[in-house]
Amino acid sequence: MKGGSRVDAGRPPRGSQAKAGRPHAALALPAVLFFAFFAIAPMVLAFYLSFTKWNGLGDPEPVGFANWQKLLTDDRLAQSLTVTVLLTVVSWVFQTVISLLLGVWAAGRQKNRAILSAIFFVPFLLSSTAISLLFYALLDPNFGIIRGDTLGSTNGAFLAIVFVGGWQFIPFHTLIYQGGARQIPEVLYQAAAIDGAGRVRQFFSITLPQLRNTVATSSVLMVVGSLTYFETVLILTQGGPGTDTAILPYLMYEAGFKSYDFGYASAIASFLVVAATLLSLLMVKLSGFGAMRSTREGM
Amino acid sequence: MESTTSNGGRTFSRRWVLGAGATTLLTAGLSACGSSGGSGSGGGTITAFVYGDDAVKVQVKAIDRFNASAAAKKAKGKIKLEKVPGAEYPAKLRTAMGSPNAPDVFFNWGGGSIKAYKDANQLIDLTDIIKSDSVLKDGFLPSVLAAGGLSGHNYGIPMRGMQPVILFYNKSLFAEHKLTPPTTWDQLLDINAKLKKAKITPFALGGADVWPELMWLEYLVDRIGGPQVFEKIKNGDASAWGDPAVLKAAETVKQLIDDGAFGKGFSSVAYTNGGAPAVFAKGKAAMHLMGSWEYSTQLGKFPDFAKKDLGWFAFPSIEGGAGDIRNVVGNPTNYWSVNARTSNKDAALAFLRECASEQYAKDLVANGDIPTTANAEKLLDASPNPEFAKFQYKMVQQAPAFTLSWDQAVDPNVSTPMLTEINKLFVGKSSPSQFVTALKGLK
Repeated sequence: MKGGSRVDAGRPPRGSQAKAGRPHAALALPAVLFFAFFAIAPMVLAFYLSFTKWNGLGDPEPVGFANWQKLLTDDRLAQSLTVTVLLTVVSWVFQTVISLLLGVWAAGRQKNRAILSAIFFVPFLLSSTAISLLFYALLDPNFGIIRGDTLGSTNGAFLAIVFVGGWQFIPFHTLIYQGGARQIPEVLYQAAAIDGAGRVRQFFSITLPQLRNTVATSSVLMVVGSLTYFETVLILTQGGPGTDTAILPYLMYEAGFKSYDFGYASAIASFLVVAATLLSLLMVKLSGFGAMRSTREGM
Repeated sequence: MESTTSNGGRTFSRRWVLGAGATTLLTAGLSACGSSGGSGSGGGTITAFVYGDDAVKVQVKAIDRFNASAAAKKAKGKIKLEKVPGAEYPAKLRTAMGSPNAPDVFFNWGGGSIKAYKDANQLIDLTDIIKSDSVLKDGFLPSVLAAGGLSGHNYGIPMRGMQPVILFYNKSLFAEHKLTPPTTWDQLLDINAKLKKAKITPFALGGADVWPELMWLEYLVDRIGGPQVFEKIKNGDASAWGDPAVLKAAETVKQLIDDGAFGKGFSSVAYTNGGAPAVFAKGKAAMHLMGSWEYSTQLGKFPDFAKKDLGWFAFPSIEGGAGDIRNVVGNPTNYWSVNARTSNKDAALAFLRECASEQYAKDLVANGDIPTTANAEKLLDASPNPEFAKFQYKMVQQAPAFTLSWDQAVDPNVSTPMLTEINKLFVGKSSPSQFVTALKGLK
């Protein structure tokens, strides 16, 4: 199996297509234009705005590094950063554990699996605003199902955000893990069974290592998702109680759309873009995902 | 350039893609510049933004009436009403006003809420227009008309009822526990104790919205230190937060919370989503400090409660305090202002005149509001609740001082952190003295 010629490595034969080469670059144009218009352009504009003072009316006024200086000395930003990191870490643990188990389960061939998997997927199809409003009503201290001061207490509000976020996004990550688990060759399990490995041993020795790249993909999506989490916080807690759940995106919203300090809001936004990009790169590097090494090397 | 070598093809495409990206940016920039329309009186349909709560039906009727009127035909224009739902109104307005899709006529709170628009030359100065137009000039109470302006100029026409903040109470609950509306703070504390014994929360409070919490501080500071304390703060003197009355008010709030006067879950209850009004209407709480719009809100959501059980009284005086029990806090009313870039100024101004009409005032009265028109008093008998209408009218008329809601009186740059600090005080994240220190730092 290992002897194939170097030229063929990793490249399935394409027949006549191979001669035609890659598809023409122009085919990427719609996607590139879309991305440039809705992602790159706003980012560039926000970066520009971070060096200005602008209340949304008239022309932005250049102020040099004033907003960035404020960013470094703002107590609320420091607190917000802590909350954001905490939310990201706790959400990651919560979502990864559950979606990994659910995904591996859903990759099997059990009875009722297809129906249950379809039901599990439903929350992901709802808008996060609708989900947040739903949970807001459920958590109402007077008329809800869980009647306590959940959203009025620091831990309650924080956990509510983690839970609602998980409720919405676990189905998506379950799907990713299901796809990943399906690709693990059956022979590995058969071999392990012959060697006498039980289900738990199989999970930790075969499934988990084989899902290494899937974990990396899912984690990057989760972390970046948590960093840009917003609607749930806006609707459930408005950053409260006090400022205890004011994560960075909410702080940015408050600076921009409540204080109308778009310059400072843009500085927070730019900071968030840089932080999220660095963090994703770091994760890709640490997980070895960037090397694109196959989990099936040597098979 | 149909290169077959992959390398050549890639170089070509990268340059090409960059060029395409730059073109997109340029196009976006140009179209943003090109579409900001000119102003004038060319005719055509114009847009009005309004705060979309239960009271909006009065404006809906007025627009319908205006669109069918001779005045609209003469101005060759109609008005399209856009109802913007509650809490996000100021942000939506600000975004729209900075864009080419700005409304021609818009709802606002006067004072601090329109200052930024005035500074950006986005408002039509109505001073001379009002002076030369007897319908507008004589149509409204002069004090209310003036309250919507800035530094002696008029930028708004009153369009809703007076909105003093009032202590509402549940009459059945009070009767059941043999309680009478208090006039002093000690009487109020006595009532609280009795209610708590009966397992009733004394006050409904929509703490999640924060501004209902603000109302408590507004009245407490007024009753303890008099209206001049906030007057100084409003005029830009942040050190006035250090007035002993502010600390005393904050301590009083803390005491109320510690005593359970607002119940346990108040920070999770909102006013805007109907939570606090429901707590109050369903008898879970006996009193509710709220703007006079509480009446129309209850009439919309719990009509039986509004008609039978809803009572009201003025915020009690505090023993040894400097503030008069007749002082009022709240909003004088709301205003329509006109965008300086409107495409049909004639239609906009003709519509403002409609708001001075007797029919408009009658619609407000029918909705339980007290118009700020000069002829309001004689219309009040037609109110669904003449007793409440007259109470309110008298309250405002006799008030030695009417303090504008703090969050509307100061710049959004100050009011946002101010509301955050108030929330921290209410949820126990900061002590009364920390609260005062934080407020003194706001500029």
